[in-house]
Amino acid sequence: MSSQADALTVGAVGELLAVAGVGVTIGAQRILDDVSFTIGTGELVGLIGSNGAGKTTLLRVILGLQATSEGEVLLAGSPRAQRAANIGYVPQKFELDADMPVRARDLVALGIDGERYGLPLPSRARRERVSAMLRAVDAEHFADARIGELSGGEQQRVLIAHALIQQPALLLLDEPLANLDLRSEQEVVTLLRRLAREQGIAVLISAHDINPLLPIMDRVVYLAGGHAAVGPTDEVVRADVLSALYGHHVDVLHLHGRVLVVAGPGGERGADLTLAHGPQGAELEVRD
Amino acid sequence: MSGVLHAIVEPGFFADNAVQVALAVGTAVALLCSAVGVFTVIRGQSFAAHAMSDVGATGGSGAVLVGVAPLWGFVAMTVAAATTMEAIGIDRRRGRDLATGIVLAAGFGLAALFLYWDSTTTSISGVTNEILFGEMFALSPGTLPAIIALGTVALAIVAGIYRPLLLSSVNGELAAARGVPARVIGALYLLALAAAVALSCLATGAILSTALLIGPAAAALRFTRRPWRAILAAAATALAACWLGVLLAYDSYYWPPYQHGWPVSFFIVALVFVFYLGARAGTGTLRRRRTV
Repeated sequence: MSSQADALTVGAVGELLAVAGVGVTIGAQRILDDVSFTIGTGELVGLIGSNGAGKTTLLRVILGLQATSEGEVLLAGSPRAQRAANIGYVPQKFELDADMPVRARDLVALGIDGERYGLPLPSRARRERVSAMLRAVDAEHFADARIGELSGGEQQRVLIAHALIQQPALLLLDEPLANLDLRSEQEVVTLLRRLAREQGIAVLISAHDINPLLPIMDRVVYLAGGHAAVGPTDEVVRADVLSALYGHHVDVLHLHGRVLVVAGPGGERGADLTLAHGPQGAELEVRD
Repeated sequence: MSGVLHAIVEPGFFADNAVQVALAVGTAVALLCSAVGVFTVIRGQSFAAHAMSDVGATGGSGAVLVGVAPLWGFVAMTVAAATTMEAIGIDRRRGRDLATGIVLAAGFGLAALFLYWDSTTTSISGVTNEILFGEMFALSPGTLPAIIALGTVALAIVAGIYRPLLLSSVNGELAAARGVPARVIGALYLLALAAAVALSCLATGAILSTALLIGPAAAALRFTRRPWRAILAAAATALAACWLGVLLAYDSYYWPPYQHGWPVSFFIVALVFVFYLGARAGTGTLRRRRTV
């Protein structure tokens, strides 16, 4: 572990990230309203919400890329403690041209010093550090392929390696499971659990479907209508809590070990439910 | 053309000098264009290069009109274009369409007027041809130091921002999360692109200027997987096209139909095209084999 990570854990005593009363208004739109939660070192937290609930905005606030209208974000007790170096970030899925002359290995190396000026000097220590990181995410066998030629799951693993090679204290992932097939989804989830344990980092994962994260989450931050409900999964994903959050009645169904959040009858504005048949049967997605 | 004429009729210092200037300019243009061009292709901004060369024609023809070397007209207008693009944000799709339809056509229209005045009021023969299609054997040795200085500064910019530029070319959010100042990097890159297009306008003319910028880079991206190797491969391709182009144009003095020499620009652009087709054909075979 680097000395900066040590300093962080010493200064924080378990509480690494504190989001305190954060509100974001962009134009006339209220995106986030009084969102508060904390994440401790080594904790794995799911940031759950439908599309447009403000998950990406919240992640960008934590990164310092989005200004808040109210409230503040503290990392290890400090408002601007070298965020770029202490937070690893995997953005939402983006298109990569297959002709992009960047190997998986090169993208991970850019995680070390991608922001620095001047030409990189070839260094054995740097190469070995990159190889070790690629091994840690089980990406050695495609390390020399162009990133644009990799599958969605493989790209996620490379992006996770890119985000983790500086040994940040906190890892943020924006919808890392979106558009992945079931097997890749399982691989990424297992990998994140293992990395959180092995490297002692706090992980915040955003997702519109809570189910893939159920086995690995310590706690959940559930976003709806700009508000957040925070706590252990079984205390948050309940009909009464989520009904209060959505502002209308919703039911929480447990079916074959999966959780389905369904808008109940008589909800005044009623959530817009879409029914999709995924590989594990019907999946509900709540949009409001 | 007189330089080459003398070279054939009486081999001597003056003739050698024209070829030497052409080779030196070709080398500077090839090196700068390949370093900048690889980023232009992976950032999907060949449009920006086209836009710059269009208004470059206005600058080059205007410079001749006021009695200044075309180089300074090219540079002034491509840098002005880069500044405008930075200000309005070239990533906005709609902005691109509007710019194409209105501003660039107006720029070329102005170039048409300037070129007409150039050819009717000045005694410089073939000025239209020189601005639009380039004439490497007619370059004045006096501008050579300026060309090399400009190329060196632009190459230094690309080398200086290499890593942040590469990261932001892969994905802007990744770069922003690492604290890369995206606007500063984007603006510096556009300045380097402006210099590359200006030099390219001088070598192969405003209309053909993107050939050296896009062609070698696109060919290199077919068969290289690493960023710096792509730049080296593009440089090798561009240098080969420039040097061979100058050589063939020199030789073409004895060629049919008129025994009057073929333009250097034709050879350079044709060679770039052949190299690109070769790279496509070669990697196509490789890729099929890999998937089997």
